[in-house]
Amino acid sequence: MVNYVWLGMMVFGILVAAARGHIEVVTKAALDGAQVAVKTSLSLIAIITFWLGIMKLAEAAGLVRALARLVRPVTSFLFPSVPRDHPAMGAIVMNLSANILGLGNAATPMGLIAMQELQKLNKRRPDTASEAMCTFLALNTGCITVIPTTIIGIRVLYGSQDPAEIVGTTIFATLCGMTVAILADRILRSLYRNRW
Amino acid sequence: MYEVINQISRWAIPVMLLVIPLVAFIKKVPVFETFVEGAEAGFATAIKTIPFLTAMLVAVSIFRASGAMELLASWLAPVLSVLGIPADILPHAVMRPLSGGAALGIATEIIKTHGPDSFIGRLVSTMQGSSDTTFYILTLYFGSVGIRKYRYAVASGLAADFTTLIASIFICKVMF
Repeated sequence: MVNYVWLGMMVFGILVAAARGHIEVVTKAALDGAQVAVKTSLSLIAIITFWLGIMKLAEAAGLVRALARLVRPVTSFLFPSVPRDHPAMGAIVMNLSANILGLGNAATPMGLIAMQELQKLNKRRPDTASEAMCTFLALNTGCITVIPTTIIGIRVLYGSQDPAEIVGTTIFATLCGMTVAILADRILRSLYRNRW
Repeated sequence: MYEVINQISRWAIPVMLLVIPLVAFIKKVPVFETFVEGAEAGFATAIKTIPFLTAMLVAVSIFRASGAMELLASWLAPVLSVLGIPADILPHAVMRPLSGGAALGIATEIIKTHGPDSFIGRLVSTMQGSSDTTFYILTLYFGSVGIRKYRYAVASGLAADFTTLIASIFICKVMF
């Protein structure tokens, strides 16, 4: 599916630019996009390096496993293919907690650590997403946000009477999203099992 | 309630940075060496995401700069208005899963034009706060471990995004 989305954006984008007579924007947009991508990756070096160090300490201290054990009832339901108390579970929980608290800087590195742990379990086809990874990403993109910090900041900036009044509606919408994410993941997982 | 959560998110990281090294030290872990050992992989992990992010962001950038995104939004408008989705927020809805920066820009523009306390201002705030940049996350997370075949992850991510959109509109209509 990602192939279709990618190709669709490229082809449709270039055709629209051509039809509107401003084909010159395509080259610039392509290079700008590449520039942003490389800058994003480079800026990740610092936070990933830092959090990998901290997480290694947490792992060595036994804290990641302790956390994994704590949430076992939930995770064994969501991730049946991952062994109990696996460090991946600890990292997943930390990533989701950081997301919930709106700590974007910490959430990304912890998510990447969780992916590395899940990849260790994905020996059969290392270039293909495992079921646990799909579940994790569904949870992650549909994750509950309790404090949407950035948007509250913007509301303050433009003089809102009650900048945080959208917190309740945000939690509601995100809960709905998360429920559907988990359901869709379950349904698609069994569909894909039958096909491949 | 909001204040409590706000305080938690302020304190969460400093407390972690205090507790983790202390517990490790008590358990006789060589703290400095272990930190360095873990941090070593940081550079490689970040660099590994470059080709994946480049592929995705180049396509998003062309899609957006060419005007194709707006065109798609205008085509979708009549379909979505049946569902009660206001046309003004369509560019945001289309852009949200693709580009976090672009979606935030659109949300800011809407809040600036209509005011943060207007219906549409509250709606776009809810939409911005409740959803994530699905394609960026998929590309980044899968890219960091070299996964090229995403299987059904795109489908379930988009299903969640669409649900969040509908749920945002619904709850804002009820509440505001």
